[in-house]
Amino acid sequence: MRLCPRPVITLACILMRKRLLFLQKASWQVTDLAHKPALRLPNFGGLGFAIGTAFSLVVGFWILMMILLPTSYMVDYSFRFDLPPGKIGGPEDVHTLENYRFLMFGPRGSTEGFVFFGHEIKANVLHLKVFFRTIVAAIFVTALNLAICYPVTFFMAQRATGGLARLMILCLILPFWVNEILRAFAFRILLGSGGVVNTMLMEMGLIAEPFDFIRADIALYSGLTYAYILLMVFPLYNALESLDRNQIEAARDLGAPVWRIHWRVVIPHAKAGIASGCTMVFMLTVGALAMPQILGGPSNLWFTQVIYDRFNTSLNWPLGAAYAFVLLVTCIVFVLLVMRLFRVNLGEIAK
Amino acid sequence: MSADSIRKGMMGFYIILFFSWLFGPLLVMSGSAFNAASFPTVTPWEGFTTSWFTSLFQNRDIREGVGTSLLIGGFVVLVAVPIGMGAAILMTKMHTQARSIYYAIVVSPVLMPGVIIGVSTKVFWDRLGMALDAPYSSFFYDGLFLTVMGQASFISAYCMLIFLARLQRFDRAQEEAALDLGASHVQVFFKVLVPFLRPAILSASVLAFLTSFENYNTTVFTILPEKTLTTVLASKVRLGTDPSISALAVLIISVTVIGAILYEFRARSEARRLEAD
Repeated sequence: MRLCPRPVITLACILMRKRLLFLQKASWQVTDLAHKPALRLPNFGGLGFAIGTAFSLVVGFWILMMILLPTSYMVDYSFRFDLPPGKIGGPEDVHTLENYRFLMFGPRGSTEGFVFFGHEIKANVLHLKVFFRTIVAAIFVTALNLAICYPVTFFMAQRATGGLARLMILCLILPFWVNEILRAFAFRILLGSGGVVNTMLMEMGLIAEPFDFIRADIALYSGLTYAYILLMVFPLYNALESLDRNQIEAARDLGAPVWRIHWRVVIPHAKAGIASGCTMVFMLTVGALAMPQILGGPSNLWFTQVIYDRFNTSLNWPLGAAYAFVLLVTCIVFVLLVMRLFRVNLGEIAK
Repeated sequence: MSADSIRKGMMGFYIILFFSWLFGPLLVMSGSAFNAASFPTVTPWEGFTTSWFTSLFQNRDIREGVGTSLLIGGFVVLVAVPIGMGAAILMTKMHTQARSIYYAIVVSPVLMPGVIIGVSTKVFWDRLGMALDAPYSSFFYDGLFLTVMGQASFISAYCMLIFLARLQRFDRAQEEAALDLGASHVQVFFKVLVPFLRPAILSASVLAFLTSFENYNTTVFTILPEKTLTTVLASKVRLGTDPSISALAVLIISVTVIGAILYEFRARSEARRLEAD
C-alpha cells in the first residue's frame, strides 16, 4: 500500500509540468506583488482539478497495479526459489538463477542430454525441445499465414469494388467472433479420425485407414493458421489499400511481369503492413494456449502448456514465472528482429 | 482464352477456396449439432435432432460458467471503460516528451501474450496478499477479482485506443467556448466531452464485454477454482467431445450473424443519410 502514492504523485507532476512552467513564466512577468497569482489547484491542462485528479488516480492504479508492478513481480519471482509459504521472506528467500539453469540443464544430477559431434552435452532436452519447436512452428505458421492472406488481401484492396470489398471484410470478421475454443473444436470435428476429411478421403479411395491428423500435428498447425488470419489481413489491407493503382498500371505498361510488379512495387509499399501483421500473428501463435491444448497430440507440447503445467499440475510457480519471462523476452526479440528486417519502427507496427 | 482471363479465373477460384476454408469448419460444426450421432460429426448422418440443445441447457457447468463470464464481463466493462477514457484524455493533455514514455507503457499490455498477463497477475496478487497477511477469504485469493484485474489490464488499453481515435476529431474550441460562457470544468466534462465521446463509450463497452467473455489465455491462470464459460468449454473439449458443444457454437454463430447483419444495415442507412444531406 505504501507503494501507491509516490508514482501517482510523479505522474501528476508530469501532467502538471506544463501548468507549472506557465505559472513560473507568469510570476516572472508580473512584478506587482499584489497581483501575484494566488496558489491555484492544478487543472490538468484545462480538464479541471476534480476530474483531472480522479482520472489520474484511476489511470495511476491501472499503470501501477495492473501493468508495471505485476510484470516486475513476475520477473523478480522468477529469480527466487520455490519455497513453502512459511519460508517466504525468511533467510532462504534470496535471488537465484536456479530456474533459468533448470530450463537449460534440467534438475540437478540429471544425466539427460544429447550428443553433438561426439561430445555429450547436458541439457533439459524435454523443455528446450518444446521451446524451440514452438518458435519454429510459430514462424512457419506466420509465413504460411502471410502466403495465404496476401493474394486475398491484394484482391480486396486493389481489385474488388466498394460493395464486394465490404462483404468480404464482413465475411472475414464473422468467424472471429466465434470463441477460439469453439474454433479449435471445429477443427477437431473436421480432422478427427471419424471426421469429414477422413471420411471424404476414404470414400475417394485415397486412404484405406483414417489418418491421424492430430497425432501428426497437422490439426494443430491448420488450427493455428486459421485462428489469427484476421490479424494478418487487417494491417495488410490498410497498407495495400493506400497503394495507388496507377503505379501498378505503370509497371505493367513498362512490361514488368506480375511477380516483379509485386516484388518491386506492391511489397515494398506494404512493408509496414506485412511487418505489423507478422508480428501480431507470431505473438498470438507463440502465446496460444487453447489451440495446442485441444488440437495438440498427446506428446506434443506447446511452450505455453509447459508454463500452464508449472502453475496447475506440477506446481512450481517461480519456475513457471521464469518460463513466462523467457517467452516474453523471445517475443520482444522477435519484434526487434522484424523491425530490423523490414526497416520499420515500432510506431508503424503498432499502427 | 487470354492470359488475363485465366489469371482472373484462378484468382476467383482461390478466393472461393479461401472463404470455404474460413467457413467450412464452422458449417461442419453447426451441422454436427443437429446430428443424432453421440459423437460430434456429420458423417455418418444418423438423423436430425435438437436434443443436443436440450442437453446443453441442462448442463450445470456450462450454465454456471456463462453466469460467471457475464459477471466478469460486466465488471471488466465497469473497470476498463473509465480507465481507457481517462488514459486517453490524460494523454491529450500531456507534455510531448512525457507522452511517448506514457504511450509505450499503456500500450504494452496489447502486445503482451495473454498467458504472461495471467501469470503476472496471479503471482502479483498472491504475493501482495501474503505480504499483507491477508486472510485466505480476502479478495487477493478470489478468482473473480484476479480475472477482472488481469483482463482489464489489456482491455483498458483497447478501450484507450478507441477513445484516442475519437478524441482526435474533438474540437478544443467547444471546451473553451463553454468555459468562457462560465461553465465549470466539471460541467464542461459532463456536458461537452462526455456527449462527444458517447459513441466511443458504447463501442468500448461492447468490445470490452466481448473480449472479456471470450478470453481464455489470461483467465485460465487467474480464475483459480471458479469456472467461466471458456474454461468449462476447454476442459469439456479436451476430456471428451460432446455434440452439445456444437449446439452452443450454433447459438453463438447465430447471434454473431444476426448482429453483423444488423450492424451492416445500420451502417448502410447511415451512409445513405449522409449522402442525402
